[in-house]
Amino acid sequence: MSWVNAVIHGILLGGFYALLATGLSLMFGVMRIINLAHGSLALVGAYMTFLVVEHVHVSTYLGLLPVLAGALVVGYLLQRTMLERSLRAGELVPLLTTFGLLIAIANLLQYFFSPDVRGLSAGGIGTANWRVSGSLTIPWFDVLVLGIAIVVLGGLQLLLRYTQLGRELRATAADPDTVELLGVNARAVYGRAAAIAVATAALAGVFYAMRSNFDPSTGPTQLIYAFEAVVIGGIGSLWGTLVGGIVLGVAQTVGARIDVQYFALAGHLVFLAVLTFRAIRQSVGLRVLRRVEA
Amino acid sequence: MSEQAVAAPSAALRVERWSPVSAVFTALLVAAMALLAFAPMLFGQGMLDNLIQLYFLVILAIMWNALAGYGGLVSVGQQAFIGIGAYAVVFLSVEHSLNPYLAMLLATLIGGGIAIPLAAIVLWLRGGAFAIGMWVVAEVFALLVSLDAALGGGTGTSAVLAFNLRYTPEQRLRNTYWFALAAAALLLAILFALLRGRLGVSLQAIRDNEDAAASLGVHVLLGKGVLFVLAGAGCTAAGAVILAWQLSILPLGPDSIFGVNWTAKMIFMVLVGGLGTFEGPIIGAVVLYLLETYTSTRLGVWYLVLLGGIAIGVALFMPRGIWGSLQERFNVRLLPVGYRLRGAGGGR
Repeated sequence: MSWVNAVIHGILLGGFYALLATGLSLMFGVMRIINLAHGSLALVGAYMTFLVVEHVHVSTYLGLLPVLAGALVVGYLLQRTMLERSLRAGELVPLLTTFGLLIAIANLLQYFFSPDVRGLSAGGIGTANWRVSGSLTIPWFDVLVLGIAIVVLGGLQLLLRYTQLGRELRATAADPDTVELLGVNARAVYGRAAAIAVATAALAGVFYAMRSNFDPSTGPTQLIYAFEAVVIGGIGSLWGTLVGGIVLGVAQTVGARIDVQYFALAGHLVFLAVLTFRAIRQSVGLRVLRRVEA
Repeated sequence: MSEQAVAAPSAALRVERWSPVSAVFTALLVAAMALLAFAPMLFGQGMLDNLIQLYFLVILAIMWNALAGYGGLVSVGQQAFIGIGAYAVVFLSVEHSLNPYLAMLLATLIGGGIAIPLAAIVLWLRGGAFAIGMWVVAEVFALLVSLDAALGGGTGTSAVLAFNLRYTPEQRLRNTYWFALAAAALLLAILFALLRGRLGVSLQAIRDNEDAAASLGVHVLLGKGVLFVLAGAGCTAAGAVILAWQLSILPLGPDSIFGVNWTAKMIFMVLVGGLGTFEGPIIGAVVLYLLETYTSTRLGVWYLVLLGGIAIGVALFMPRGIWGSLQERFNVRLLPVGYRLRGAGGGR
């Protein structure tokens, strides 16, 4: 029964990873940028919410709202200043600049907030459980996070499909030069995509901070988990990201069921197994192609 | 344009690789490296300690540049090999009481060996996917090591005993110095030879357009694979040197032997020196060495903020780095791996 418990917890954890990965997936889909600072920006969201909660004495859920607004602005500015220039400088440059940002953020956070471990209160729901049976309990908070992930992913899907901004985003992703000819400002569209991406990162960061403790060095780990979810689910597909997140989450909780120390390792190994499988399939595919040509 | 210049371009222009300047410089560099081998007889221990640090930084810089500058492979996980190098030496010399320097040599080969099957998996990834994929690889090795109690687990380990059993501290410093110098010189020479040969041309084609190169018959995976394995072995050698230099290591955390701060340093050195130039990373290594020696303790966490900030600034505003900019201005190549066209007047 506790194996079932592990799988169910893994599925719920997958919801969190999907939420974390949404922004990464969106930025890659629209701008072909893999933002290495994604996890660090999520962490900045958590720290900013921490500041608001400390100073204004509101609940985390209320404190989150001004931070989300701020994240939209930060995302837009980040794109229009650093990332836009990076994209023009070459295909690999965004990797270098966002990595520089990751290092700078981690150490700035350490300077301003000290390396101490902190947490954000999730309120009453943070400790509430639904006892299904003796060994199977479902934490309501995890259900809430999965629900929010589905709402964010679904909302983004609807936005992309039915709104003017969504049409512009899809068109710009397909061909930024042609879109410019049609009178759309591709750079501003990129800016809006980055704004949404950073806001979802901040949202995920706050939920991360509510579900576990955080310190300035945990940003990269979140980036890696988000990235694994995106790759397992198939790059460029939003619902695939949810599937990828769930696969990753289940791998981790089942790994932890064997031994708590295997939590992260099991996720990484499943990720590498997926990569290996794809590498073999691709190389076999190439060989078949060559044989057909010959 | 006068008729004469059009009529006789072949007389006025020539393609050259070696120039008198580069031939003299390369000869001087080889001589300098040979002279540096005598440094243990001339300098005190503090100086040797500093030079060892400079040498492993040079190795890391030229290896990361080989990947990113020549192979188009931005890796944020080369610390995987640094950690493998350090822990392989601990495994061989502490657990199996091998001579630590023999262990360092074997570790380098082990690192290269691990890179071969790994290349078959990760080289299918492109761009950012390769970058983070390598980071996952580094995390996996770090976690595996931290789960192994014999290697010290998560609290780290030390190779003090393995070295002290056979050598006095002075001997250790001297031998480590020679190992580091030999590794740096050998890796530079191998990379130089590789890039001047067929591989250099095919890599340039891959860097310019991977699909077009493949369609012309360039074996893309093989070209990248050779660089990946060389860089793997090189970073492993650097990791072995780092262990012999600092003696105790930790497996987890950004500042550990498997830590991502190594990547921050590699990116800094290569960008500042000049991405994709042969000489640049060596200059970058000297710059980082000076920063590390004279400012890092005073700056605290701001040191890494500074490294990240400078890397961003250089990538955006001075993409050719120090050496690339000088090269463009004065049209000199000191260690020529490419060809260039020169006019009769010695201009461009």
